[in-house]
Amino acid sequence: MSKDTDLLEVDDLWVKFPTRTETFEAVRGISFRLGRERLGIVGESGSGKSMTGRAILRLIRKPGIVTANRISLHGQDLMKLTEKQMRNVRGKQISMVMQDPKFSLNPVMTIGDQIVEAYRLHARATRSEAHAKALEMLEAVSIRDPERVFRAYPHEMSGGMGQRIMIAMMLIPDPEILIADEPTSALDVSVQTQVLSIMDRLVQERGMGLIFISHDLNLVSAFCDRVLIMYAGRIVETCRADRLHEAKHPYTRGLLNSLPRLEEPRERLDVLKRDPAWREAASVVDDQ
Amino acid sequence: MTGLSAKHLNVWFGSGRDRVLAVDDVSFSVASGASFGLVGESGSGKSTILRALTGLAPNWSGEMMVGNEVLQGQRSSAFYKQVQMVFQDPYASLHPRHTVDQMLSETLYLHGVGEIDTHVEKLLDDVGLGNAFRFRYPHQLSGGQRQRVAIARALAPEPEILLLDEPTSALDVSVQAEILNLLTDLRSEHSLTYVMVSHDLAVVGHMCEEIAVMQNGKIVEIMPVADMRSMQAKHDYTQHLLKSSQGYERREFNG
Repeated sequence: MSKDTDLLEVDDLWVKFPTRTETFEAVRGISFRLGRERLGIVGESGSGKSMTGRAILRLIRKPGIVTANRISLHGQDLMKLTEKQMRNVRGKQISMVMQDPKFSLNPVMTIGDQIVEAYRLHARATRSEAHAKALEMLEAVSIRDPERVFRAYPHEMSGGMGQRIMIAMMLIPDPEILIADEPTSALDVSVQTQVLSIMDRLVQERGMGLIFISHDLNLVSAFCDRVLIMYAGRIVETCRADRLHEAKHPYTRGLLNSLPRLEEPRERLDVLKRDPAWREAASVVDDQ
Repeated sequence: MTGLSAKHLNVWFGSGRDRVLAVDDVSFSVASGASFGLVGESGSGKSTILRALTGLAPNWSGEMMVGNEVLQGQRSSAFYKQVQMVFQDPYASLHPRHTVDQMLSETLYLHGVGEIDTHVEKLLDDVGLGNAFRFRYPHQLSGGQRQRVAIARALAPEPEILLLDEPTSALDVSVQAEILNLLTDLRSEHSLTYVMVSHDLAVVGHMCEEIAVMQNGKIVEIMPVADMRSMQAKHDYTQHLLKSSQGYERREFNG
């Protein structure tokens, strides 16, 4: 992929949390690029995948420390921006969808008001324009009765609807990059498929870059174009998503083998044996 | 030995206008030593069946049997010696201010087991934790270790039936494999009967011999695992679930 199509370039990103006795390193020097594609980041809990997503948006709170040579968005270094400039990036250029709609929507505000608020933060629009735009977005995420949903409160929505509303809110300012942190983990399989296909359609239609953070290897392999596999804060392997099942690193192999499969029944599942060397090995540089 | 069964089981919540029928005329039976799976979406009533069996759902009608005993009203302590439950979230089901030792000792004491000390050691051994974990608090344990403690607690009264409510859905895949292996081993060592609820078809397919598929409180289909593996579902909804579980199907959108 040539340089000018790169939306985002991350170079040597570290996230550290100082504690009383030592400094905990959640992300340890990772580098990757994102083009107009679906990039998956997989790993177990604690592997640093969510922290990577948050660090890009500079959402790590103190006492956490984020350092990087560069996080560049179209050549603009996000690390050098002031907090005020950063606020223009968040939402407008890079958006984020979190795992659980229950904790990400304001419970005492109607859904319509929340979407309108998000829109008017980024665009100069009258209330009626914002209203029309909100309805249009709700329709874009396949919500059947947008007028009713507009007036409803979050608790009146199911999990799948809530997640679609979150996606609608994130997409209103027309970001170039969407970071989705386990967007479907809280959803049932059948609803999951719906939400994914909505995201897929929007990514393809708008030519967005998508960072899809998940622990579900099968899902990432089917949904994304490229995958980064993280272990203990480092990238241990990168590969094409459809080739994930041919992955070579023992950690990736271990994860794949520990999954029960319907089509190949086994007496016992393989248990992942962790090699301390994985932790020490340098991060793989993503050069595709 | 005991199996368990339910006939025309209804469970509802609320009353009058707000009455919700969570389980609607469900019948199934599980032979002793078998492993039975319940799958379905959230809200399909699969966990409610387990809760009704253990006596945690007060409003129900129909007939439930464990062994030869028909269940009614308050469960006896003898019932809980036979049937124990493992809950979904190991972060929520352990007392945060009790050590592993306190939790297990109390359970053993309540079930009138003597020689608590040796029993606690044996339980921890059984679930692969060992004595080093005995005086730890839940916050000092990982998710997988917590679920092991929850399983040890369920095993304390030496039950014959374990009700497993999504025992691995809060865990990573690598840890899930360890817990599922542990459950397989325990089942053969203690000749346990399992009723397992999960939304993950692959997990249920791995653990169970017979699987009931639920939708809107009803069982739409009960099938042996071999049929599920060969994708021979009769009901449309089961077909749909099997298809969705195979991952995302890529499509090209031209906008």
